[in-house]
Amino acid sequence: MMRVYSDKKNVQKKAYYNDRYFVAPEIPKEAVESDEVFAKDLAMMQKKFSIQEAYIQRGQLVIYIEPKENVALLRYLKEELSYNFLSEHSAIDWLAKSGEFEIFYQLLSTSKRKRLRVKCFIQEKETLQSVSSIYKSADWAEREMYDMFGVIISGHPYMKRLLMPDDWYDHPLRKTYPLQGDEVAQWYEIDKIFGKEYREVIGPEERDSARVDVNDTYRFAHLHHEVPFGAEPSSEKTHTDYQEEGGVFIVKKLKKEDAKIVKERP
Amino acid sequence: MQKVNRLKPFFENIAFEREDNHMILNFGPQHPSSHGQLRLILELDGEKVSKATPDIGYLHRGMEKMAENMIYNEFLPTTDRMDYIAASSNNYGFALAVEKLIGLEVPRRAKVIRMLLLELNRITSHLFWLATHALDVGAMTIFLYTFREREYALDLIEDYCGARLTHSSVRIGGVPLDLPKGWLENLNRYINRLPHDIADYEALLDENRIWKMRLEGVGVVTPEQAQSWGCSGPMLRGSGIAWDIRKEEPYELYDEVEFDVPVSTTCDSYGRYKLHMEEMKQSIRILKQLIPMYEETSPEIMAHAPQYISAPKEQIMTQNYALMQHFVLVTQGMRPPVGEVYVATESPKGELGFYINSQGDPYPYRLKLRTPSFFHTAFLQELLVGEYLADVVAIIGNANIVFGEIDR
Repeated sequence: MMRVYSDKKNVQKKAYYNDRYFVAPEIPKEAVESDEVFAKDLAMMQKKFSIQEAYIQRGQLVIYIEPKENVALLRYLKEELSYNFLSEHSAIDWLAKSGEFEIFYQLLSTSKRKRLRVKCFIQEKETLQSVSSIYKSADWAEREMYDMFGVIISGHPYMKRLLMPDDWYDHPLRKTYPLQGDEVAQWYEIDKIFGKEYREVIGPEERDSARVDVNDTYRFAHLHHEVPFGAEPSSEKTHTDYQEEGGVFIVKKLKKEDAKIVKERP
Repeated sequence: MQKVNRLKPFFENIAFEREDNHMILNFGPQHPSSHGQLRLILELDGEKVSKATPDIGYLHRGMEKMAENMIYNEFLPTTDRMDYIAASSNNYGFALAVEKLIGLEVPRRAKVIRMLLLELNRITSHLFWLATHALDVGAMTIFLYTFREREYALDLIEDYCGARLTHSSVRIGGVPLDLPKGWLENLNRYINRLPHDIADYEALLDENRIWKMRLEGVGVVTPEQAQSWGCSGPMLRGSGIAWDIRKEEPYELYDEVEFDVPVSTTCDSYGRYKLHMEEMKQSIRILKQLIPMYEETSPEIMAHAPQYISAPKEQIMTQNYALMQHFVLVTQGMRPPVGEVYVATESPKGELGFYINSQGDPYPYRLKLRTPSFFHTAFLQELLVGEYLADVVAIIGNANIVFGEIDR
């Protein structure tokens, strides 16, 4: 039997049904001239930098730049054009399509009340210059981006994984990384604490937290079929009165068989 | 030198190590004042912090990854788990981002209900902040008082959506329910009472010698630092920059209600405390204006956009076509247009932003959650340097960080 083909470059969930004739509409891109402030800013930037593309989408200016110019441009934006906040900075994985990462810097100018998105494409192994010397908020944003995508940053003061452990294999937000984690992720703790050879001893992790194994007498007690801890499960009904041998002082020995159920209160 | 083995790698056990005159101290991740799972590696010079390295990731659940594998409506309950102190504000931020993406206008009544929820959430969040912050600093009484008032607000939210912590009280395109009978009267009673309670807290704290000694001049955030580190919300306004997204980039009906943006120019923790109290008063002011606004609205609570939003329940149960559309929207999910949006809202903790990159699929191609606490925690590495060890707890408490939204 042939195995079902699956796209290894993008293992994320996909729509199970696509209408052949459905073409997704696009959010309209407005010309930069439609907004005075943005038009002025763009003209200023174009004098010094090569802006590949610029448009306004949903009220925010989007510009595409050369990745090499990111530091100079952001410094210019901060110091000359008063975009004083770097709200967010991260990457988008286009490795399957073109082998590139799309990097975006989400900027905010509180004096102009404008938001601007600077974007650029870099190759998978290409190094991106850190902008944390201009905006300190890029410090952790870049660390997170490296952690999640494996985008290589140079010039960062403390480049280290942020969310995942230091010895984690692969970068979780890549499209090639499965949602449930890969094999290394599955055995991470066992490999680290006990060693690889213990994988078989301990067995795979039970992902279904509601699963009850009746044969597992280590973790579960089978009601009315109780056996000692770790013993073989038995089908015989157990009978316990839960009283100490010889009876407890003051409490007389209680026998379940002798108990009577009365219809009325005597 | 300690013995290193597989269970105890040496970097895990750096607590109380002495190097020349400096002590390296491991603070957290299991520390009652670390507000979740924050681990701080502090280098101490005597009692003073000479270097602080925050370490996060203990609560990382990969929400951005989850979002890429879920249809838009499926992801909404996940956003509850970000800032779980004020869950509705996350739901709202996400819903607004998707609405911006598909270009949807929400009915007026839904807007009013959303604002009611958002402001109630702001109040609960600030009350919670005050409670835990005061507890960290050593004032137990406040904790009991604020939790009582928070309980009343949670009761109101529970009356509306049935949940107290993970609300999921907003839907893409509107709100799921209209306000129940008598809800506005209860709210009115609550907001009439709350100013007196806030006055009580202020009476307990404002001139409290210990409170002032612990907060005044502690954790000073200069405006330059606040801008550079991407601070937002009370952390930003606490350093004298009047920037409130509700005011500057109004969403919903924030441009129709009157409220002030409190600013503190002292830049210290005490100023931010005053700011939080003032913000609660402003929230009450907004809520008061919303009650008459609600009465004037027509009863629609969900937007009409059959391509993206399911029809109301009555139509689904009676009309064939509405049922078919509902079926497609539940099983396949909506397909927003190709494009990207970044939408920022003012959550109780600061700028909560959702960046969505859609490729016309039912799943977002990339969803980035911009959370205020993430950047505030990053700022700790500069903010804590030069402070005393005892003030570390006060500063962390004052920064109002919640780990659900830092690790995501």
